[in-house]
Amino acid sequence: MRRWRSGLIAALLAATPAAAVLPDEMLADPALETRARDISQQLRCVVCQNQSIDDSDAPLARDLRLLVREQLSAGKSDAATMDYVVARYGDFVLLKPPVEPATWPLWAGPFALAIGGGAMLALWLRRRGAAVPAEAPLSAAEAADLARLDGG
Amino acid sequence: MKRLLFLLPVLAFVGLIAIFGVGLTKDPKELPSMLIDKPMPQFALPGIEAGGGFATAALRGQPALVNVFASWCAACPQEHPVLTRIAGEGYPVFGIAWKDQPADARDWLARLGNPYKAIASDLSGRVAIDLGVTGAPETFVTDKAGRVRYKIVGPISPEAWEGEIKPLMDRLRAEA
Repeated sequence: MRRWRSGLIAALLAATPAAAVLPDEMLADPALETRARDISQQLRCVVCQNQSIDDSDAPLARDLRLLVREQLSAGKSDAATMDYVVARYGDFVLLKPPVEPATWPLWAGPFALAIGGGAMLALWLRRRGAAVPAEAPLSAAEAADLARLDGG
Repeated sequence: MKRLLFLLPVLAFVGLIAIFGVGLTKDPKELPSMLIDKPMPQFALPGIEAGGGFATAALRGQPALVNVFASWCAACPQEHPVLTRIAGEGYPVFGIAWKDQPADARDWLARLGNPYKAIASDLSGRVAIDLGVTGAPETFVTDKAGRVRYKIVGPISPEAWEGEIKPLMDRLRAEA
């Protein structure tokens, strides 16, 4: 049992997410390679769409990985490299959409919904509280009855 | 007033469903091209045989179609007869053989016929990236000034040629 469990743990530890980067694509300079990996993880593979080019085995993703490395090797900054790809494929290649007028609804939507929903809930709760009739004061006859009972 | 407030979430839900419904009818593979109304990116590529190939400048002077194809592309044989027809009707079709070995592209065209006015061989796929190509076939419509005016993702159907692209080509021909 114990051996079985340690075997399972070892298997799980070994199951790290596989990247599609092949050794022949990697740059000799580890700092540049790290930057290339970082950028690749933020770029969408336009063939498979829900993978980054770092994860995807598609030939076009490989071409884009090589392109990113080429740009970095040529001394371009991370931002310039990203812009180079965005200029060709549009904002859609960015897995994290940029904040700009066209995407304001996207970014603000959840907060607007939460605030709007919260306001409606507050309104509803307050109105429900108000709807319960306040207790009417005792009439003169009731007060007299109560006084009589109290007095015994 | 109170009833209206109660209806609000229902209306919001219906609106959301409508948006999702429209979204379902769209093909997520069709990305908007960044090149519309921009000049065709500069390139000068060799052909699939000696002496072939063309450069961006060749697209100037008349409206043209630039078709990205490959012998390995599954949908290209389906599109091929339409391209042959387009070329037959006198509209220039340029080809970019995308990541295709020249010999494979030559064999493919020898089998099906060659509708292209000129063919550029983009073996590295670098020009395709400049064009924002995501798959084959893809076709760009360029005007007399060599600007990209329209992009078709996937094979051109006879209906799309008749109803959309041919009228566009004729409009571009009439442009100054």
